[in-house]
Amino acid sequence: MSTAAILFYIIAAFILGTGILAVTTRKIFRSAIWLLFSLIGIAALYFWMEVEFIAAVQIIVYVGGIVVLIIFSIFLTQKSGSEMAKPLQGRTMISLLAVLFGLTLTSTLIFQNEFNSMSLRPFQLNVADIGTQMLSTTEHGYILPFEVVSILLLAAMIGAIVIAIKVKAADEKTLN
Amino acid sequence: MNEIPLTHILFVSTALFFIGMFGLFTRRNMITMLMSIELILNSVNINFVAFNKYLFPEKLDGIFFAIFIITIAAAEAAVAIAIIINLYRSHHSIDVEDAGEMKF
Repeated sequence: MSTAAILFYIIAAFILGTGILAVTTRKIFRSAIWLLFSLIGIAALYFWMEVEFIAAVQIIVYVGGIVVLIIFSIFLTQKSGSEMAKPLQGRTMISLLAVLFGLTLTSTLIFQNEFNSMSLRPFQLNVADIGTQMLSTTEHGYILPFEVVSILLLAAMIGAIVIAIKVKAADEKTLN
Repeated sequence: MNEIPLTHILFVSTALFFIGMFGLFTRRNMITMLMSIELILNSVNINFVAFNKYLFPEKLDGIFFAIFIITIAAAEAAVAIAIIINLYRSHHSIDVEDAGEMKF
């Protein structure tokens, strides 16, 4: 085994281990921190696959944005030191069975499938190519999804403000 | 680099997907359910990038799908957290069992 292969298995074990801890630990703040480590591990996997741009986006958006947002909302709504209630025994068993069944089924399918064109063609990711194709109006251009996503982000921003805004008592009367 | 077959990367993303599913099934706290959804979306992203790199190295479509999924996940997290904060104001709890008014 070469260094790259060993590195891949270390990254994979890191992602899965921290992911399991994130969904099973009973302190909610620790859960957020384990999620943070799992997301960093996924960014490392992207670096290993030599897709540096996606890895950078992953770190900026997930680690720098979403996890910070989640931690903020934990501080706003929870006593972060206290433990959450234990999930019901029966529910845990049933979901464990369902998850193990799904995992076995899917991995059987994956390992039996022959991915025919295991090409050895080199894959190099050029950020300039991404930018050109993202804003291209010709065939295989992504200008329309780009614009739709920008409208979606605007709508999500306004929607989040409208939902979370505090309505004063006097305004509430006029609204009703 | 090329000695790792595609199936191993796919197995990692499958396992991550089902870890997220397990969290979604067992947790009753809205913030932890949101974290599980983030894990699921990330596992899908790994699949897109790996397929792009291993099977279609001359194209970029998997990369674009990954970028758009990350964008939509960010928007979804922002709206979900706004809803959670609003729910906490009215119910003083973010447990899904306590918010059953619209169930029936």
